Amino acid sequence: MESLILRTATRFLYPLLILLSLVVLYRGHNLPGGGFIGGLIAASAVMLRALAVGWDEIKASKILNPIALMQYGLIIASFSCLLSLVVGNVFLEAVWLPTWYLPLLGKVKLGTPIVFDIGVYMVVLGFALLCAKSLDSNNK
Amino acid sequence: MMLPIILSFLVLGSIIPVFLKDKSSFVGRGLVMLPAFASFVCLCVAGVEVVSSGQSMTWTREWVPSFGLSIGLHLNGLALLMGLLITGIGTLIVTYALGYMGGKSGTMRLCSLLYLFMFAMTGIVLSNHLIILFIFWELTSVSSYLLIGFDHEKASARRSALQALVVTGLGGLALLAGLILLNQMTGTWMLSDLLAGDYQVAGHPLYTGCLILVLLGAFTKSAQFPFHFWLPNAMAAPTPVSAYLHSATMVKAGVFLLLVMQPVLGGTSEWSHSLMLAGGVTMAIALVYGLRQADLKKILAATTLAVLGILTFLIGVDTKYSILAALVFLLGHALYKATLFMTAGAVDHSTGTRDIRLLGQLKKTMPLTTPAALLAAFSMMGLPLFFGFLGKEYAYKSVAGGSWLTIAVLLVGNATMMVLAARAGVIPYFRKSVGDLPKKPHEMGLLMTAGPLLLATIGLVIGCFPGLVSPLISLAYTGIVADAEPYTLSLWHGVNLPLILSLVTFTLGFTLMKVLRPAVVGKKVNESTFADTVYEHVFKFVLMVARWSTKSLQTGRLRSYVIIILVSSCTLILWKLVRFGGWPSLEKIGPVNPFIALLLVAMTMATLFAVFSKSRLTAVVSLGVVGYGISMIYAKYSAPDLAITQVLVETLTVVLFAWVVRRLPRYRKLSTGFERFMDTGLALIMGGVMTILMLKSQGLFLGPRISDKLAQMSYPEGYGANVVNVILVDFRAMDTFGEVCVLAIAALGVWALVDKVTTKGK
Repeated sequence: MESLILRTATRFLYPLLILLSLVVLYRGHNLPGGGFIGGLIAASAVMLRALAVGWDEIKASKILNPIALMQYGLIIASFSCLLSLVVGNVFLEAVWLPTWYLPLLGKVKLGTPIVFDIGVYMVVLGFALLCAKSLDSNNK
Repeated sequence: MMLPIILSFLVLGSIIPVFLKDKSSFVGRGLVMLPAFASFVCLCVAGVEVVSSGQSMTWTREWVPSFGLSIGLHLNGLALLMGLLITGIGTLIVTYALGYMGGKSGTMRLCSLLYLFMFAMTGIVLSNHLIILFIFWELTSVSSYLLIGFDHEKASARRSALQALVVTGLGGLALLAGLILLNQMTGTWMLSDLLAGDYQVAGHPLYTGCLILVLLGAFTKSAQFPFHFWLPNAMAAPTPVSAYLHSATMVKAGVFLLLVMQPVLGGTSEWSHSLMLAGGVTMAIALVYGLRQADLKKILAATTLAVLGILTFLIGVDTKYSILAALVFLLGHALYKATLFMTAGAVDHSTGTRDIRLLGQLKKTMPLTTPAALLAAFSMMGLPLFFGFLGKEYAYKSVAGGSWLTIAVLLVGNATMMVLAARAGVIPYFRKSVGDLPKKPHEMGLLMTAGPLLLATIGLVIGCFPGLVSPLISLAYTGIVADAEPYTLSLWHGVNLPLILSLVTFTLGFTLMKVLRPAVVGKKVNESTFADTVYEHVFKFVLMVARWSTKSLQTGRLRSYVIIILVSSCTLILWKLVRFGGWPSLEKIGPVNPFIALLLVAMTMATLFAVFSKSRLTAVVSLGVVGYGISMIYAKYSAPDLAITQVLVETLTVVLFAWVVRRLPRYRKLSTGFERFMDTGLALIMGGVMTILMLKSQGLFLGPRISDKLAQMSYPEGYGANVVNVILVDFRAMDTFGEVCVLAIAALGVWALVDKVTTKGK
């Protein structure tokens, strides 16, 4: 599936799609989006890249190691669950930082649900990548 | 504050060996022994306070207050007695284990597990809250499983370990139910309340059930008939483990439970009859079994069983003195049995065999082990001036006024124990003839001789001066028997019935020693018992049922899984629909939206296309069309999150499929025409049922809709305007967490199945 057009397009599309997935992840709390959707978009982006340039480049990448992604995703998600215990709340009760304002992003509200969503994002991405990778390595 | 410190020392002890680099150095060994000794010292310090004040020490910390669950610990007389035995003998056992393993690989694993076990056991005796007691109880089952199966490369060790786990684990579950019933009857979880208060549970309707369940727990743990078979098999463990499990700990847990339950559940004829029966039968079986054994450890296991039987029997006699006798007996047994096991291990190490038909004349070559074994054997025989004598005296005293049957049971039991004591502690060292020993005997190092010598000496010292342990026993005794006076142990009670009975026991015992000769060399020793065979058959039967059900349910064919899922969900839905009754009304159906109608037509066509297509890719793409159609319906009815997810999932599925499609085998029809006909029928039924359900659900009002409430709470409580996301990451985050865990596991499954298997095959 070597295609010059696809390869060139991917070079621009890939970072854009990853950025989109992160935006979707962030805005999920108030608008359609969130960790699940963000993770799926990121997975599609990586698969687009895999179609364009092959798996070798992705396998070489340290960040895109599916098992590590799932592992750290689960760790991050469980950390966000446990944080409430440290603060003294009931298990899994959300903990929020005070709101502040940033240019471009506007009102910023950070709390454990966002951290939890980041964990979900990573696990979903890792899941899709590991499935795709396994099925693909069948080819060789 | 002392009590959690004692426990944390033991936790520390199980961690230290893991990180120890230099295993056989002086410092390394010292570090391994230190935590047990430290907890023993702490317990002594706490014990002095408890004994001098006469008040038990408690420590409580809230855990889950809404369930009334707290981490409650207490130290009363009985807990102190047991705790000192556990940590004291534990220290010596760890020392002995270091010598026994001699720096071999696995030494540190053994020490770590011994500590884990010590922690669990100390936890049992210190717990005040019944649920905490249960947790520690189960921890002893688990850690004893690891200890018995220490030589995990031997099939027999694995089998014995599993057997012990299954038996004690089942008993543990029964115990949990029993403790809950006990709480229902008394309204308290605290052992200290149960021991202090006067609860009238004997006439309660739940009493019998509770008693049966608690006794199941105690009997399985203490290997009482009919659960006695696991104990001799547990001899597969390394000797330090046997010495520990069968003297002061594991098997005493059941006796401990009976002792603490006696004030609440005791005092009825059900209680005493079942205990006396089980104890008596266990003792009889154990002694007959023991007389036929030639292996030192098996003989000792049999005597352990017999002693447990006697203890249960004494608790069942249920008089003031019988409890006192049980306590004295328990202490004496812990001291001499640990010694005898350790000397047996030393003999095994030294000569390479434990067969008493071969052993003899070891007194010349093992000058340190011999006196330890001899003293312990004398204590076990109950010779005067040894602590075992006191145990026997009090046992006779407690039944002296009772029926002749109980006296006869104890008499025969004690006399036979003398024979077994002679075989385990005297014959190997003093017999004139010697068989062919696999190794030339030699004395063991200080690590392996210090412990037995110390324990045997203690048995002699406190036998001569029982006043030394008197306050401890007395405190434990008054803690269990509510109206008991403090009691001072003494050696000489004058000429009375117990003394005469002791003399009769000696005569009978020495006669039996002359009459009953150990089995001859070459004669096969029957090591399995009837109960063991029954266990084996039950175990095999369970496995057979499991195999059958797995084979018939897990066919490995996708088709049968789908059929099972569809048929069962169809049945459940239909059952519910029939219960509500009535036909769905068609009134609420609004005018048909042309856009949706078009979508539905397209989706139906795509489905038919998928069913009848001759190529796999066509089928997949057609199914993709159905998926996109559904996502559009979501979008139309304002569920953007769902719609986006659906689109993405469909896309990824098709892309993933495109990768593998060329590698799959040729597209074929594997089902027969009849099967396809049936499948069509099932699909139509399922579709019909779903349609009826949809129509029906329009006209039903089952209660306020949860979605409205969640939508209302979303912003004020979850700080998010997107209610779907707030539900996912906040309101029901626990569910989401479970789902992502499942995702990760599923991905690993795919990886293992597809990637690993195929690369390995090549």
